[in-house]
Amino acid sequence: MREIGVVGVGQSNFSRGCRMRVPELAFEAFKEAMQDAKLTTADIDASIVCSSMYDPQRSPEGTISDYLDLAPKPTLLVENACTAGTSGVKLAWSLIKSGLHKVVAVIGVEKMSGQDSREVAEMMGRTYDITWESSAGFTMPSGYAMHARACMAKYGLTEEQLAKVRVKNSFYGCKNAKAAYQKQLSLGDIMQSEQVASPLKKFDCCANADGASCTILAAADICRGITTTPVWILGIGSGSDTQISRRTSYTSFLSVRTAVERAYGMAGVRPADIDVAEVHDCFTIAELIAYEDLQFCARGEAATLIEGKETYVGGRMPVNVDGGLLSKGHPIGATGGSQTRTIVKQLRGEMGETQVKNAKIGLVHNVGGVGHYCNIIIFGR
Amino acid sequence: MSENGSFEEFGIVHYTKDTKIPEFLKYLEDGKVMATRCKDCGLLYFPPKADCPKCFGNKVEWVEIKKPGKLLTYTVVNYGPAGFENRTPYVIGVAQFEDDIRALALMSDSIPQEDIRVGLNVRLTVKKNLPDYIVYNFEKV
Repeated sequence: MREIGVVGVGQSNFSRGCRMRVPELAFEAFKEAMQDAKLTTADIDASIVCSSMYDPQRSPEGTISDYLDLAPKPTLLVENACTAGTSGVKLAWSLIKSGLHKVVAVIGVEKMSGQDSREVAEMMGRTYDITWESSAGFTMPSGYAMHARACMAKYGLTEEQLAKVRVKNSFYGCKNAKAAYQKQLSLGDIMQSEQVASPLKKFDCCANADGASCTILAAADICRGITTTPVWILGIGSGSDTQISRRTSYTSFLSVRTAVERAYGMAGVRPADIDVAEVHDCFTIAELIAYEDLQFCARGEAATLIEGKETYVGGRMPVNVDGGLLSKGHPIGATGGSQTRTIVKQLRGEMGETQVKNAKIGLVHNVGGVGHYCNIIIFGR
Repeated sequence: MSENGSFEEFGIVHYTKDTKIPEFLKYLEDGKVMATRCKDCGLLYFPPKADCPKCFGNKVEWVEIKKPGKLLTYTVVNYGPAGFENRTPYVIGVAQFEDDIRALALMSDSIPQEDIRVGLNVRLTVKKNLPDYIVYNFEKV
């Protein structure tokens, strides 16, 4: 299926303090994507802003659309926790597929530096059910920590194996000029970092960040007119899950399993066909569970992939070779677009030192909450 | 604080005032942790809910969770969100009870941390510290 493609991708620097207003931050990504696509604002039919609004601005789509000189073109906001970015891409795909629009700009943006870390942890904790879960002091690290504990009890996963995910992703973070963290961390650095929610330590966790991303999608005829290297959306799948206590497994996510079945089915590909993947490594454990949920390995064998360096460039299944959320930082609404940008650039062969040789099919795995929402998008050239 | 128990007191931090099931708090004040069963189709819900999306019934009976269960997973939280800064470290877990009921709750402070492990036998109990809060938590059996 080569009906709708990506013609432009962009991303701001991800940082712990951007010192910009939200529309200014959005501009950084929009400009890069528009120049990448060689388009002007007149070419854009509609925009979708993806954000969880960790800053005072309400309805940011209006002020962003105005700042980018897109008014009076339609604009709307997608809030879907950490999956907002790819939900925006999915919605843009649907709007183009329906014939309503031809060219849609998806802009993910989040500014988190204006808030105290504990305040952000509390706001993020309200992604859970506020009555039954948040009221007990349940946080995002706590939710993933419970999954890590369950994997340790069931499969004998170790804290060192978790740390090796961060070793890999910090290695690639050093090669990503837009990452908030560009420092190689050793196994010792990670193992000795302070406990956040056992067994997860500080360096098992990604950091809040400021950042923006932009993905420009277009119908096939327009794609072919704009670029000789369109990257096509081959498959999309999404899913959701219940409150934490109503789940039957803490070693896998139903939302991801549901989404990936649909995405592989729609794209007509198998896990072995994927050349490069971006997975939602908000915590080290999240990347390991993703290896299994995406069927890159059998159940309980994720640790052997990281131990064998199979998810490095040159390995069997390169994952997060842009540093992942762990190195880039996680500006909630911008993350899905950043993942998309990396895969699009990989499929165009533009990644330089971290290029996966002859990558033809790439996968984005974007998860919201603690497996509450999942979008899988499969791209091909 | 109301004398009959108000949902506003539920949770260490209170986010909820209005609900279709204020009875849950009354039971909690009596030391009982209750699930709901749909009177029409018999489905059991925990956390309790007034409405059954399976059969669209909205008549419930209250069922006490009495028997002990097993801890499925847990975490020791060392970095607390706003409202919990001074409570760390605290332990949150999920336990499995009879009739496929699972609950997420804080572990009682009386359980030594070195005793906490996956598979630990726990029961749901009520912890009251009014007017500050009332919660259900896990006690070691």
